[in-house]
Amino acid sequence: MSELFSQYNYVIVIILMMTGLYTVFASRNLIKKLAGLSVFQTSVFLLYITIGKVSGGQPPILVEGGASYGTDVDGHALLEGTIQVAAGGGSYILPGPGSDVLYSNPLPHVLILTAIVVGVATLSIGLALTVRIREVYHTIEEDEIEEKDFIYNLEGTAD
Amino acid sequence: MSLFAAVAEPAFVVPTMLLDISFLALLVVVAFAIVRMRSLFGIVMLQGVYSLVSACWFVSLDAVDVAFTEAAVGAGVSTVLMLSAMLLADRKSTPVPMRRQVGALAVVVLAGMAMLYAVGDMSAYGDVHSAANSYVGMDYIAKTAEEIKIPNVVTAVLASYRGYDTFGETVVIFSAGLGVLLLLGLNGNSGRWVARPNGQMLNDHAAPSAGLATDNRSEEQRAEPDQ
Repeated sequence: MSELFSQYNYVIVIILMMTGLYTVFASRNLIKKLAGLSVFQTSVFLLYITIGKVSGGQPPILVEGGASYGTDVDGHALLEGTIQVAAGGGSYILPGPGSDVLYSNPLPHVLILTAIVVGVATLSIGLALTVRIREVYHTIEEDEIEEKDFIYNLEGTAD
Repeated sequence: MSLFAAVAEPAFVVPTMLLDISFLALLVVVAFAIVRMRSLFGIVMLQGVYSLVSACWFVSLDAVDVAFTEAAVGAGVSTVLMLSAMLLADRKSTPVPMRRQVGALAVVVLAGMAMLYAVGDMSAYGDVHSAANSYVGMDYIAKTAEEIKIPNVVTAVLASYRGYDTFGETVVIFSAGLGVLLLLGLNGNSGRWVARPNGQMLNDHAAPSAGLATDNRSEEQRAEPDQ
């Protein structure tokens, strides 16, 4: 099952990506197009984060060495390396030979953090353009906009 | 049968797999619903759902920082922006005739096939020794403890190692905000002037938005009819 599963994420991500792309291509409504663009964008994020995953890893927040994790209410020892916040200055457990701690790759996370914020910036510009187009053309359907443009260029007036 | 095979795997693999399969299935359902739906309100809401489900999935992939940014910015701010734009624009999208969809479908299927062909070359899911997980990313983990001295590696890379990147991102946000202000205007005058191709300005009576310009004025402007 593991072998079958190993490429499963990529296949689904490609399907999602193509769904978003299809929405951008096929729909004539500008807001629906932007929603499709968002779906496409989020799928790219999923692809990057999938690549950065390490089996058995934990979030790339360094675990402080020598810390006692205590027990939970039932008296079971807490799982080593679940959530720790180091106060600073402590020594951290790093992955490597002789260490049983593994962290997922932080680099894709950083790249995607930037991409999410930039994605919102482009989305807001696109939506502002849509609102502006609606003010001038009274529609956000691409067909009708093109039709109005055609008439305007032909006769010098719209409507 | 496959479930029994999975039990033999290390304990962490099975719940992660189940989470993965269910979240991704949910994402596919939501994405297909976005394609099919015609109500823009529904589309905007589903887009928020899509972001939120992907944020949940990011948590299961150890990307906690990405998850809360996606939940706050992707599912929160984006949805609010799209909702307000939808309220200013339109509520329904007209259906697209089938003959207009064939070309798009062909392009998408071809591109998808090309990408699926390349999937075999991708490293296996969760591979510690893949190229992407071997060099610079692991270097950041090894050096953050002594160079930056904070436990969160993602924050260290974002704010210190790649600080100029983050500065550039801030510039992008600033210019986007500036662009939105210039497009929509601060004083409610937007939409009353339209540029002609030869550079002349038309007044709002001749503009395509002539009918809208009167309705579009703010409350204060409506109270003072002279302006």
